[in-house]
Amino acid sequence: MSLWEYANPVKFLGLSARVQPYLWAAAAICVVVGLVWGFFATPDDFRQGSTVKIIYLHVPAALMAINAWFMMLVASLIWLIRRHHVSALAAKAAAPVGITMTVIALVTGAIWGQPMWGTWWAWDPRLTSFLILFLFYLGYIALWEAVDDPDTAADLTSVLCLVGSVFAVLSRYAVKFWNQGLHQGTSVPVATGGRTVSDVFFYPLVISMVGFGLLFLALVLYRTGTEIRLRRARALLARSKKEA
Amino acid sequence: MMPDLGKYAAEVLAAYGLSLVLMAGLILLSLRKGRRARAELARIEAQKDA
Repeated sequence: MSLWEYANPVKFLGLSARVQPYLWAAAAICVVVGLVWGFFATPDDFRQGSTVKIIYLHVPAALMAINAWFMMLVASLIWLIRRHHVSALAAKAAAPVGITMTVIALVTGAIWGQPMWGTWWAWDPRLTSFLILFLFYLGYIALWEAVDDPDTAADLTSVLCLVGSVFAVLSRYAVKFWNQGLHQGTSVPVATGGRTVSDVFFYPLVISMVGFGLLFLALVLYRTGTEIRLRRARALLARSKKEA
Repeated sequence: MMPDLGKYAAEVLAAYGLSLVLMAGLILLSLRKGRRARAELARIEAQKDA
């Protein structure tokens, strides 16, 4: 069995239909448990007060905003190299999920920043690169809608995705690159395993992060199925027009 | 039982409210688009078979 056999839309839809019920259920459980635990059962931070509860939304959303772009990058590269339509449609399907996560991260960050930093917004490296990532998401979605031929749209959006990846990387590592600005470094560095948040905040945060990740996967699978069906519908319509 | 959010209650509730609305909106729009796509494809395939 090869991963590439799922480039076949029928096989992809079959696997997707089998996996999705479990993914949706696991995502719902993790998101609800993470957010309810974080909101209702964690204490206030000694400096930040109750605003620390925003971490259970802000961090998972920001994580998924960046990872969604990386998933789109991988799918775009597969399209450019191997011309599998399912991968191009998966990238297209992920973009609205990614931009929603980006908006949640930006909005919750602003709401959190106002009482803690005294400002809704600062031209800080991480915030600015995140805003540019949001603009790349907008451009990516607009480009798909603007080009009629789906293969040309997939080519152009894939190139845009490659360029935007620079800002996805910057969004994650801007704090390290410039070492300045208001935004702190990561509280849960995966690579080193060290962390700067207490266990009482950490466990619900991890559950929420897992939940957002599973929700992203479930949404992308569902939306990719939608894109495959729309593409088939367009192809059938075009064929029947040609025959008529 | 609602926790005591103190002087930052408005900020915390706004963050949760807006985020949940955005996530719910994304899920509902995705489901609606998916249902429409299924219906449209079924209609076109039925026309083709007829």
